[in-house]
Amino acid sequence: MRRHSLPLIVVGLFVLTIGGSWLGILDAYVQLVLFYVGINIILTVSLNLVNGYMGEFSCGHAGFMAVGAYVSGILTVWLFAEDSVFGLPILPIGWAIPLFPIILIIGSIAAALVGLLIAIPSFRTRGDYLAIISLAVNYIVVSAITNMEVIGGSRGFVGMKRVMNAMGDVFDAPWLLIWTFVGIIATILIIHNFVSSTLGKGVEAIREDEIAAEIMGVNTRRTKVMTFMLSCGLAGLAGGMFAHWPGGYINPLMFFILRSTEVMVMVYLGGMGSISGSIISAILFTVLLEWLRPLGVFKWVVIPLLFIVMMLYRPQGIMGSSELTDVLPRLQTLLRADKEVKDNAPASD
Amino acid sequence: MPLLQISGLTHFFGGLRAVHGFDLKLEEGELVGLIGPNGAGKTTIFNLVCGVYKPTQGEILFNGTNLVGCRPHQVTARGIGRTFQNIRLWDQLTVLDNVRIARHSKLRYGVADSVLRTKRCQREEEDIERRAMELLDIFGVASHAQELSKNLSYGEQRRVEMARALAVEPRLLLLDEPAAGMNPGEIDQLLELVPFLRKQFSLTVWIIEHQMQVIMGICERIQVIDFGEPIAAGTPIEIQANPRVIEAYLGKEVA
Repeated sequence: MRRHSLPLIVVGLFVLTIGGSWLGILDAYVQLVLFYVGINIILTVSLNLVNGYMGEFSCGHAGFMAVGAYVSGILTVWLFAEDSVFGLPILPIGWAIPLFPIILIIGSIAAALVGLLIAIPSFRTRGDYLAIISLAVNYIVVSAITNMEVIGGSRGFVGMKRVMNAMGDVFDAPWLLIWTFVGIIATILIIHNFVSSTLGKGVEAIREDEIAAEIMGVNTRRTKVMTFMLSCGLAGLAGGMFAHWPGGYINPLMFFILRSTEVMVMVYLGGMGSISGSIISAILFTVLLEWLRPLGVFKWVVIPLLFIVMMLYRPQGIMGSSELTDVLPRLQTLLRADKEVKDNAPASD
Repeated sequence: MPLLQISGLTHFFGGLRAVHGFDLKLEEGELVGLIGPNGAGKTTIFNLVCGVYKPTQGEILFNGTNLVGCRPHQVTARGIGRTFQNIRLWDQLTVLDNVRIARHSKLRYGVADSVLRTKRCQREEEDIERRAMELLDIFGVASHAQELSKNLSYGEQRRVEMARALAVEPRLLLLDEPAAGMNPGEIDQLLELVPFLRKQFSLTVWIIEHQMQVIMGICERIQVIDFGEPIAAGTPIEIQANPRVIEAYLGKEVA
């Protein structure tokens, strides 16, 4: 019985959120908050890979999100919608449903390639280079998009909503939430698998002592570039989803420094090098922002104050560098049940 | 063909001549010592061999291929493992992970296998873990496998570092002052351990050491350098009687 507990939890959450949205038990506002939570989880967990596990400092995560958002958004509109720039739709709308995940993946590949462009020069040496370059890239991406009139410039890019609505007409389901859910699970699995493999452990060795890592056989340059690309690609995935949000438009300012800062705050709030910490902090932060909405502008007084208190009393973040499974051993037996059944290992250690 | 052949190795740090005209021939299976006063350039020679620094001049042939210009991880992949004078374990990682990571140069799976946890990746990970545990067992630290390496005692950390160096499957093992900071009991263990490892893993060992007991006890051949230049070479007995060595260590007698 116990060996299926983790998949059961995931299926349960899926039924709760997607089923609830489908049947209309969760209203549009709750759905939107769930969507934001999902986007933020993907962004936070992926940035944690670079800032937490690798110990580098990337502060332009929203720039890569922008690349993913615009590439996927443009693809959706170009393929499935009538648009003043791209003309008539190329494919019938029915194809949008199966092709949607592929569009998201293309968006994330584009973001990963931009990541590659930055990683090659900035990882030749160690230090603050990545921070400066990633910040610069965030500016470059945003101002490049702002100056591209073809895709709406600073007014933003529209048209994704029509496709999303049409997808809903073909088969009524909360498509965006479904793919966001899949995206979260995929992101968590990818990062978890990566950092627990020997290959990914090299990332932490780089953080601890880069020269020792290189001497013990870790190709540090390649590892850093790969890790950064993986992180950027997942940011692009979050961007691609965000481009299809119910608001129906994206503009360059959505992906500016403030956004990057929010993601960084969530990483440090959750704890560096902790996936569960990142998930918890993404949920907390997003819900807190919504909950304090009635305060208006004053929420930007309350939230930073909360952070200052947090930094004073728990500077390592909610989880520090440990995972939920380390803190709650019962959870560990729950998740490891699968392995234990197979190995028939002794329970006590 | 010698396993390691160094000829005319010279290195400058800016204007400082750290190593000058260093030559060495290491035959397969030898156990050779490198000694010299503090600051003589011993660790620099190790770093040059490992590719941390690129030598100003000279040639380093390992198993017939030139190592000059190779990056450290490439040197390691060719079969050179080492330990450090001041322990350089990855503190925040477990003992097991410290040894696992040293298998990086032998990994056959890629990022895609790793993120998707393919069968190939799983099989290899099992293999890596088994080998790592075997090594930890040899060094008597298997019971600490899941502990953070910083929480181990000094002597245990030294042993983990050796296990890590052996995890790269080296043919040549470089030990940089393995007895530094050890108590007499631990030194006695080390004196048994090094020859045992050499036999067990068919290694060639090149060792830097200050403890005369260690170097005289296990080395077949010793080289002495001072101010970056070789001043003597020979068997332990010869070295002990060599006036230049005594001079380098104790200073010249004022007449």
